[in-house]
This record gives sequence, structure tokens and C-alpha cells, in this order.
Amino acid sequence: MTASSFPVLSALIFFPLGAAAALLAVKNVDLIRKLTLVAGIIEIALALPLLGFDLSSGAFQFVEKAAWVPQWGLTYSLGVDGISLLMVFLTVALLPLCVLCSWNYISKRIKEFHIVLLLMTSACVGVFVALDFVLFYLFWEAMLVPMYLLIAVWGGPNKRYASIKFFLYTLAGSTLLLVAIIAFYVAGGTFFIPGLMTKTFSPELQFWTFLAMALAFAIKCPMFPFHTWLPAAHVEAPTAGSVLLASVLLKMGTYGFLRFCIPLAPNACVTFAPLMIALSIASILYGGVIALGQKDMKKLIAYSSVGHMGFVTLGIFLFSQRGVEGAIMQMLNHGITTGGLFMLVGAAYERSHSREIADNMGLGKFLPAYMFFFGLFSLSSLGFPGTNSFVGEALVLVGAFQNSLLVGGLAIPGAMLAAAYMLRLLQKLAWGQPSCGAKFADLSRREWIYLTPLAILVFYIGLAPTLTLRVMDPSIDNLLKEFTAKTTNIAEHDAPAGLTQYLALIGKEARP
Amino acid sequence: MMLTLLPEALLLGLIVILFVQVIVKPGQDLAAKWLPWACLGLLAATGTSLAQTGLMFGKTYQIDALSQFIKLAVAAGLFMAVANAKGQATLKEPMRTDYYLLLCISAWGLMLLASSVELMTIYISLEISSYALYALVPLRAGDKRAAEAGIKYVLFGAAATAVSLYGFAYITAAQHTTFLAELTTKEWDFATNPGALVGLVMFLAGFMYKLALFPFHFWCPDVYQGASNETAAYAATLPKLGAVVILVRLASLLVPGQPGMTILAILAAVSMTFGNLSALVQDDVKRMLGYSSIAHAGYVVIGLVAGTAEGLASATFYALVYVLMNLTCFWVVCHLSKDGRNMLYSDLDGLHQRSPVLAFVLAVAAFSLVGLPPTAGFMGKLFLLTSAWGHGYDWLVIIAALNTAISIYFYLSLVRHAYTHDPVATPAPAKEGGLALGTIFASIILLLGILPAPVYDLAMQAGKALLP
Repeated sequence: MTASSFPVLSALIFFPLGAAAALLAVKNVDLIRKLTLVAGIIEIALALPLLGFDLSSGAFQFVEKAAWVPQWGLTYSLGVDGISLLMVFLTVALLPLCVLCSWNYISKRIKEFHIVLLLMTSACVGVFVALDFVLFYLFWEAMLVPMYLLIAVWGGPNKRYASIKFFLYTLAGSTLLLVAIIAFYVAGGTFFIPGLMTKTFSPELQFWTFLAMALAFAIKCPMFPFHTWLPAAHVEAPTAGSVLLASVLLKMGTYGFLRFCIPLAPNACVTFAPLMIALSIASILYGGVIALGQKDMKKLIAYSSVGHMGFVTLGIFLFSQRGVEGAIMQMLNHGITTGGLFMLVGAAYERSHSREIADNMGLGKFLPAYMFFFGLFSLSSLGFPGTNSFVGEALVLVGAFQNSLLVGGLAIPGAMLAAAYMLRLLQKLAWGQPSCGAKFADLSRREWIYLTPLAILVFYIGLAPTLTLRVMDPSIDNLLKEFTAKTTNIAEHDAPAGLTQYLALIGKEARP
Repeated sequence: MMLTLLPEALLLGLIVILFVQVIVKPGQDLAAKWLPWACLGLLAATGTSLAQTGLMFGKTYQIDALSQFIKLAVAAGLFMAVANAKGQATLKEPMRTDYYLLLCISAWGLMLLASSVELMTIYISLEISSYALYALVPLRAGDKRAAEAGIKYVLFGAAATAVSLYGFAYITAAQHTTFLAELTTKEWDFATNPGALVGLVMFLAGFMYKLALFPFHFWCPDVYQGASNETAAYAATLPKLGAVVILVRLASLLVPGQPGMTILAILAAVSMTFGNLSALVQDDVKRMLGYSSIAHAGYVVIGLVAGTAEGLASATFYALVYVLMNLTCFWVVCHLSKDGRNMLYSDLDGLHQRSPVLAFVLAVAAFSLVGLPPTAGFMGKLFLLTSAWGHGYDWLVIIAALNTAISIYFYLSLVRHAYTHDPVATPAPAKEGGLALGTIFASIILLLGILPAPVYDLAMQAGKALLP
């Protein structure tokens, strides 16, 4: 094991803050970009000790704990398990890529932009590693401000509308989360998350807190019908903003479901599972159908995100090993693939100054390398075998069919829709009647550099998912074991009798 | 004894010096140079007297953890208000020293109020503080609205005081004592002692007026709008501390679940909802802050109805945080308004380019007023909500949380105008100098948001002293 003396996780949170403060003193624009890039690489280096993660244990590792506000029992406690570790890696890895993909795109307030990127990274890492409920909430809310600024300051023409919608929607959703946190504290006597996980709360408390938490997380995911902020935010955000939004922010919602809803309100999870599964399937189908009709590339990918995140929430609420594995795989894959697609749209926009499909047709003829990456990420997005998303989607579908033929059968059209809208986009971009592009340069070295790592990951996870699965499996085992133990006495649950029996039946089938 | 009364004595000394200056050299602005430093000294002296205790002047005047904590907050607020009032544009040169004199007298009254534990003493302290303020509000050169605000403040104030005195008479008649220590041992049940409870609620009305709690809030937006920016900054913040300290002392008389407590909880819920909804449609920043303070009065009361030491501590802590973040917000407004006129949202356009420091300070204050981490406002709200959960007023906690969602829009508007709008044709340059102070205010707000434990500990001692 690694030396536990070095606070790896604290370093990951505070290093970007320090780097942001240091940037304040720098005037030269070019130097700012380079320094942020270096900071991003150092951040990755700081995350390397996490490779010493013990694969055989599903417990929290690299735990740090210190008193924070002793009067209320708040602790500064951090730790990672198999679920959050992958998210931390994803977050940290994206920072230098975001700097690179904004190199030319961002032309005003460059210093502020990079400071905001660093703050964003710090808050996102904090969300995934916090083991104190209030600390989690602190990062969860603090992250809104840099994201708001990314959209509001560096966004497109409709940025004010989009940024306010984003802020209002997500903040309104999470105000009740705070009340849920307080209710858990008053009932459980602690804000420490592993401590709360061992407790069993009354069905009534579970019911209400589940609703409060689910609202916050479903808005963040976003889940149909709470998704309306997402297309607006994605379309207006600068490339780096879209990448962070898609790759990291959306994951916080599903991470919340996994980390809080399932362990803290297991009985309520079972009660609401039919609803959540229905909403997930609605997200998958709705996202896919709407994506089919989009003319704007970013909007198309934004709606495809709604569909993909539907797969994630579907996997989570199957409560089965396969389903949850698939959900976490999809969280990671969606981060890689959609992040890559947003970067590519940004690259096209830098050349054609338009995100309309019609203005970017036939690029394949002139930009072969660009088209290679676009094709790769598109295929990955629709879950083509051999790419990363295939693994995740297949796992979720296996879980869905284990659950019931109906759920599986309803999710399948979603996968087909993904193929339809992505191939339509790909076809127009690659072989459409060229609308421009004759004078465009193919990918620059900088663009190669930020796209290649993502492409490698697409193949790596697609062809050899074992390591990723081994990282998450012990934690999922723990999660589901606790869940099963807590929900076995479901007959005593105070839900309507018929529903309870039906749910118990599903629950039994779902458990391996 | 001198050491126990150090903050009051020092401030009284300052008042005497100011008074002599007014008499000996009338019409000269001499105080601006030394007074901020003297107030900083006062703040330090108050800090050293935190651990003092004592009961004096015939048991009417108590020095305890609560009083010293509030005095510290008053001293901090006075320093901010004095530093803020320096060189205000809408005040005629000859009146400046008088202005500071009145400001200090009002703060002195608040310090006395913090220690008063007898109803008559409480009343007199309150009036010392209020009378100075009645004179301050209309002091805005060439502005009729200031006169209107002044009259409104006096009239509403007088009415509230009358109600308060009426209630005072009821309490005395029913309980045969005016000492809080003895009042705590009496019956406050509506069934057995209706007169006392009615009296208490009426007595509290006077302080709800100071706190601008619904339905005693009518004066608030008008007075803020009419008074000069600097006076509004003071009137919006420090008197609230005085009101909170008395409400905290009297709340320990009530038990959760009592009709009196439930009325208070309902008033709090209405106050925060009404304040936030009204603030949504304002375009004058000061008016918005007026409605926002009505909402914040509601938040503070959450801690009072919890009926626990933690609740009282949270209310006290939140009052301090409120003063800090509101004064910081006003500080930016005063700094921006070169000619002393009222600021509209549109005057903030492009502030980010004109003065990044001011824009940053404003953003910190605004996010703190929302209650967004990592600011003091978040911690204050967290403590308040946590203290009230599970004491029979869960609905109030939920309403408060939902109010955060309402309030985000207008606070965010401050940030939105400062950061995302382009500056209007010829942007008025921000006042030069003094920006360091704003940065310090913003840092304190952030610091209290990240590490609130030491300051909260002081508040907790105050709470425990009242409700062990």
C-alpha cells in the first residue's frame, strides 16, 4: 500500500486552488495557458499515488479525517472507493485536455478563464472524495459558481439565459438536499458518510429524504423531465465548459444516487424503483428521439447525453451487480466519449464558426484525421462493439433483461436510436455535400495531443474492461450486500401492499 | 469593574471626544482621520473583554458571553460603518463630525442593549440607539426622499415603541417584576397567565420592528432607499444585532410548541417568503437589500424557535454573519456611487472590467447572502436549519430552504450585471483607494465560511449561558 502519510486527496483539492491563486500574479497570456497546462499535468502526477488503490477492498481508502466544526460534528474527511476513484481520475485527466482545447477558442479574459477551470477541478474532485455530508454539499454547491461563470462569461450569444437557467435549476434542486442532509444528521447523529451508511433509517424518513435527494440528483443527471437546462447550457457553454459539464458534472448526479440514495434510503429506493426505471427509459427514448431532429451539433450531443445518462440511472435502479457495473462503466464512458465529441465540435467551430450540421458537411473529404476521431467517438457513443460504451451499455442491458423482459425490451430502442442519430450526424459530416472545409487545415498537433488520450481510452476500456471492473467490483459488492441486508424486511414496509409484493418480486429477481 | 465595562467606556470616550470637537471646532471634518483607527482599537479592546462576566447596577446590567459577543459584533460593524462613511458625497462638510457623533451614540446604545437584562433598561438602551438613528436617516443633502424616509422611520418607530411599552405594562402587571432573571421563573402559559403572554408578544413587537420582521417591516425598503447609502448601510445592519440579542434573551422565556413560539415561527415563514418575493422585482439595489433584510430577519428567527442553546447560538452567529455580509454588500454600493445617488442594477454593468476587486467583493457578499458555500452565509444557514430540525418546526426549515431557491435570482443578478453585462458607454470609474478594506471583508466572509468553528464557539458559549 502507499504511504498514507501524504494526504493525496487533500493535495488534489488544494493544488488547483493554489495554482489559481498563483495565476493571479501572472500577466503574460501565453504563459498563463502554459502554466495551467503544467498545473494540470502536476495534478495528474499528484493523482498517481492513487494507483496504489487496494483492488481487493471495497472500503474507503486514502482516508483523511480531521475535526472541522466540532460543535456540530462536522469533519473534514476524504476518501475514495472503487466508485469515486474512477471519477477522480476522469476529473483530473480532463483538466489539461480542457486547457488544450481552449487554447485558441478563448480569446478574452484568459487569466480568469484558467482560474475558473482550476477552481472547477478543485470543486469537482471535492465532490467525489468528500466523506462528510456537509463537505460534499459544500463542494457540490461551490462548483456551481465557476460553472456559471464559464457559461455566463465565455458562452455563446444566448449565454445569459442559459447560465441563469443552469444556476437556478441546479440550485433550486439542491436546496432540499440540504434539508435531507440535516434530517439524516438529526436521525443518525453524524455527518460522516460511512457512519451514516451503517445506520438504518425509518421508512418515513427514507421516503422523504429520497424524494429530496432524488430531485437534486435527477436535475443534475439530468433525468427526463428535469433535463431542460442541459441543452441550453451545453449549446452556450464554451468547449471546455461543455466538456466539463458532460464529463464531470452530470456524473455527480448519478454518483449521488449511488453514494447516498442506495445506502441511506434503500427501502425508499425500492419503493421508487419502478418510477425511476420508467423515468430512465423515458430519458433514453426521449433523448434519442429529440437528438434525431437536431440541426445543431452541440444540441444533438446534449440530447444524446440525456439518453446516455438514462442508461446510467437505469443501471443503478436495477440494484443488480451487472446493472450497477454497467452504470459506472457508462459514467466513465460517457465522460470520455461525449467529452471527445464536444472537443471535436469545438474544433469544427473554430474552423467554420458554426455549429450547424449544414455548415459543416463533407468535412471528411478535407479533414481525414478529424473525421477519424469523429467517427471513432461517434461509434463509441452509439455503443459499437470494441469501443468502451459497448461494454457499459451491454452490462446495463444484461441487468435490465435480468430484471424483466419489459425493461430490457424498452431500453433496446434507445440503443438503436443512438445509432440512428449518431450515424446520421457522422454521415453528413463525412460524406455530405461539402458546405465548406476546402480551405480548412486538418488537426493541428495540439488537437492530436488532446484527442489521442481519449481515443486510447475508448479502445482500452472497450477491449480490456477487466481492470476498470476490478476497481469497482468490491465497492459494488459492498453496496449491494448492505442494500440487500437492509431491504430484506421489505414486507414490513408501509407502501401499498400490492406494490410492495410486486417490488419484492422484482427485488428477488434482480439480486444475483 | 472598569475592565468589565471596557468596550462601553471606550466608546463613550470616543463620543465625548467627538462631542468636544463638534462644540469647539464646529463645521470641520476632523474625525474622519482618526475615528476609523479608534474604532479598530475599540474592536481590539472588545476582543480582549470577551471572557468578562458580571452583574451590576442593581442587577439590571449583565456582562456575559452573549453580551460580549454582540458587543464584538457591534464594534466590528461600527468600524465597517465608520470606514464606509468616510468622505460621503451626500453629506455637507460641516455636518460630518456630527454624523460620526450620532453614529457612535447609536452604536453605544446597542452595546448597552446587549447587556441589559431588565425591561426598563432594555427600553432605555433601545431608545438611545434609536434616537440617534432617527436623526441620521434624513441627513442626505438635497434629497426630499431622505426627509420622507426620516419621517417614516420616526413614525413607525414611535408606533412600535408605543406598542412595546404597552406590552411592558402588561408584563409588569401580570408578573410583578421587570427583571429577566425573575421573569424566567414565572408562568408564561396562555391558559394560566394570558396577560403576560400578550404583553410579551407586544413587547417583542418593538424589537421585531428593529429587526424588520413581517408585519413590522414596512419602513425598511423605503428607509433604505431614502437614506444615504452610508446611513442605510448602518441602519440595515447594526440595529438588527440589538434586536437579535433581546429576542435571544426573551426567547429563552418561551418553550417550543407554545402559541407565542408558533406565532413567531409563522411570522418568520411569512417574513422570509414575503421579503424574497418582493426583492425579486426591485431594480434599486438598496431597495432589494431592504427586502432581503426582511427575509433574513425571518431566517434569524428560525434559531429562536428551536428553543435550544444551539438554536440561540445559531441565531446569534447568523446575526453576526448577516451584519458582515450586508455591510460588505453596502460597502461596494457606497464605493461605486461616487455622487452618492442610489445604485440600480444597471449601474453595476461591467463592474468586472472597471474594478475587478469590487466585483469580486460584491460576488462574495452576494453568494454569502444566498447562503452558497464556501461563505459564512452558508455556514450560518446550515447551523440555523440544523438547530431547528426535529424541534417541531420542520416545516419552517423546509420553507427556509425553499426560500434560498427564490432568493438566488436577485442576488445572482448582482453578479450577473457585474460580470456578464458590458459596461455602459462611459463607465464611471470606481472610487480610488480603500479597496484593500473590501478585500479584507470578503476574506473574512470566506474564512468564516470555511473555518467557522472558533467564532461559532463564542456564540455557543453565549447560547449555553442562557439555556444550559
